[in-house]
Amino acid sequence: MKIHEYQGKTLFRQYGVPVLRGIPCTTPEAVESAARELGSPVVVVKSQIHAGGRGKGTVFTDEACTQHVMDGGVKVVKSPEQARDVAAKLLGNCLRTAQTAGAGKRVNTVYVEDGCAIAKELYLSVLLDRAVGAPVIVASADGGMDIEQVAHDTPERVMHLHIDPALGVLDHQARLLAFRQGLTPVQVGAYIKTVKALVRCFLETDADLLEVNPLVVTKNDEVVALDSKMSFDDNALFRHADIAAMLDPTEEDPSEIEAKRHDMAFVKLGGNIGCMVNGAGLAMATMDAIALYGSKQGAFPANFLDVGGGATAEKVTTAFKIILKDPSVEAILVNIFGGIMKCDTIATGVLTAVKEVGLDRPLIVRLEGTNVELGKKLIAESGLAVIAADDLKDGCIKAALAAATWRANKGMAPRAALPEPTPIAYIPRKKAVKPLAKKRKAAKAKSVAKKVASKPTKMLGKKPTKKLIKKPAKKKGR
Amino acid sequence: MSVLVNKKTRLICQGITGKVGTFHSNGAIAYGTNFAGGVTPGKGGQTWVGENAKNYPVWNTVSEAISEGGATASMIFVPPAGAADAILEAIAAKMPLIVAITEGIPARDMYAVKRALENSQSRLVGPNCPGVITPGECKIGIMPGYIHKRGSTGIVSRSGTLTYEAVFQSTTCGLGQSSCIGIGGDPIKGTDFIDCLELFNADPETKQIIMIGEIGGDSEERACAYIKAHVKKPVVGFIGGTRAPKGKRMGHAGAIVSGNTGTAEAKLAAMRDAGVFIAESPATLGDTLLKAVGR
Repeated sequence: MKIHEYQGKTLFRQYGVPVLRGIPCTTPEAVESAARELGSPVVVVKSQIHAGGRGKGTVFTDEACTQHVMDGGVKVVKSPEQARDVAAKLLGNCLRTAQTAGAGKRVNTVYVEDGCAIAKELYLSVLLDRAVGAPVIVASADGGMDIEQVAHDTPERVMHLHIDPALGVLDHQARLLAFRQGLTPVQVGAYIKTVKALVRCFLETDADLLEVNPLVVTKNDEVVALDSKMSFDDNALFRHADIAAMLDPTEEDPSEIEAKRHDMAFVKLGGNIGCMVNGAGLAMATMDAIALYGSKQGAFPANFLDVGGGATAEKVTTAFKIILKDPSVEAILVNIFGGIMKCDTIATGVLTAVKEVGLDRPLIVRLEGTNVELGKKLIAESGLAVIAADDLKDGCIKAALAAATWRANKGMAPRAALPEPTPIAYIPRKKAVKPLAKKRKAAKAKSVAKKVASKPTKMLGKKPTKKLIKKPAKKKGR
Repeated sequence: MSVLVNKKTRLICQGITGKVGTFHSNGAIAYGTNFAGGVTPGKGGQTWVGENAKNYPVWNTVSEAISEGGATASMIFVPPAGAADAILEAIAAKMPLIVAITEGIPARDMYAVKRALENSQSRLVGPNCPGVITPGECKIGIMPGYIHKRGSTGIVSRSGTLTYEAVFQSTTCGLGQSSCIGIGGDPIKGTDFIDCLELFNADPETKQIIMIGEIGGDSEERACAYIKAHVKKPVVGFIGGTRAPKGKRMGHAGAIVSGNTGTAEAKLAAMRDAGVFIAESPATLGDTLLKAVGR
């Protein structure tokens, strides 16, 4: 779960991380009075959206980014009136940044913060190193820049330091980072304090990412978190009610929230084939397969949906409702591998759901696993217009075709074919040839053996050598 | 031969008196697993009655389950909030094999587990996994036993239902399985691809390997480096999530492309480089397996 900058700074304050004074606001009038209350000669008005690169972003009136308003989603202003004017251009409009995937994100809150005299901009983040199974600090003296770019261009300027989650970051570790970034002894002391507080914040809130870019050294030698980006381990939210309450529903897809409430995982993908699958791995493979086998008909997965292990009638009904909410869905593919959950149970669930929801779009069902025959029979005999598929590939092809037919019946033009995805199937040459070669050799040996009968003298020499090689190998094994 | 588990494996269930623990303990017993009983703190001394109408002991602690019940493996069905502690208890009791099925354990709790596993006498499979099975001998976990058939394919996977697809197709195509290990979909886990590849590579019964990965992390890449250097047996691979958008968690806590790491492209490239036979979709795992063994 992600939170906004101003919410992250609230947490920072709780853990003793130095941050500037600031007030979150939702109206231009509130921004004006906030700027007045701060009373500084320079204040900064910052758009609060869940994406980075806000300063270099562009503001539009709409999500599709057709009506330009101004450049920059973070503005430095010199008076409360100016703060209000800037806020009026940000609030209610959409901000597009390098991280918003081409679309704009609606700005509902701005954060009005004190200005500060910056001596140095640093970078610091704490995240999970999956390979090591421990948190790692990433630090660089090149703050305020895209860290992935810095890591790519000048990897030597990015430091990685693993920390013991039980101990947190140790003084000497933070000191090492500080000196390597060229801080003065006075600044080093402040840096250690700030970094220790940030790491404590990361660990105790069960964060999976904490990023401060830039972490600034002020002209007074203080080390201040000028920005805050945090996201949290969803699995640990049960022990942080305060953080769970920070969820901004306007930043989330309503379907995703709805699915989560029913213990299902849903991700919108934007295509025309809705899918419902049991198991995350199979659900991912299904959406890949739709794109692979349906490209000619312009078919693409509309969503990722894992209904989980126990696909009950109630869950299936909810899943259908969520899928059907998406107007671009033209066909639904259900792909279930019944393990513990039997196929006939799932088939009953699907049929009950279809009757309840009143499906108006083609439904393709692929069932496999326990009691599959019984499940298929139930669907076939239900009298409902459900298309049965033999396997995943068959299901994808049938779904793509059914969607195309549905469009045609509605009088819509067919979708343009999508570029065929790069085939991922791969047969390595050497290994594939080897067993074949062996077969050929065996075949040769047979034919040779036949020849041996006719030409004994020539071939006798070979046989003993083979035996000689085999025997010692056997002895070794014993 | 097989890997990790066999007829001699004596299993207990931590969380046996819960609904899910009871269900899958019965599943293990029905499959023929050598089952000792279970652990539920506070219910020690009670008996747990299986569907086979037999009585099994319940202990308060894992160490009692080992000293009194002779347990050599534990499957964990403890809810997320207490699951890491259950694993830690099993490690402290020197349980040789721990299989954690629980989904949703906080990553911070797993840091501690990862630490405790270092220099321990235990191996952890999971969490958030379907479990481990050696067909005809021992089933630990939530997989449907009947789709398995004893044979020569070693299967290792991050996903449950995709493992079943691989099992089903290797059964249908006649090759069967030596053992199957679901390593789980969490970012921090006990046993990784490399560990399983080492086991399968050394197991004489395993003639070919299926490895099913997905987006997120780089353990497939590290595994491919190992395959390239050490594995002579044919390996069939598949990666789920080619079409997944960046920065979105695809169901599994570990299935997320962050920045430029964890992409399907990088994993597929590593597989090609290691000479792995790649299936275009799970529908073709069986065919690809047959190609890999030269049939």
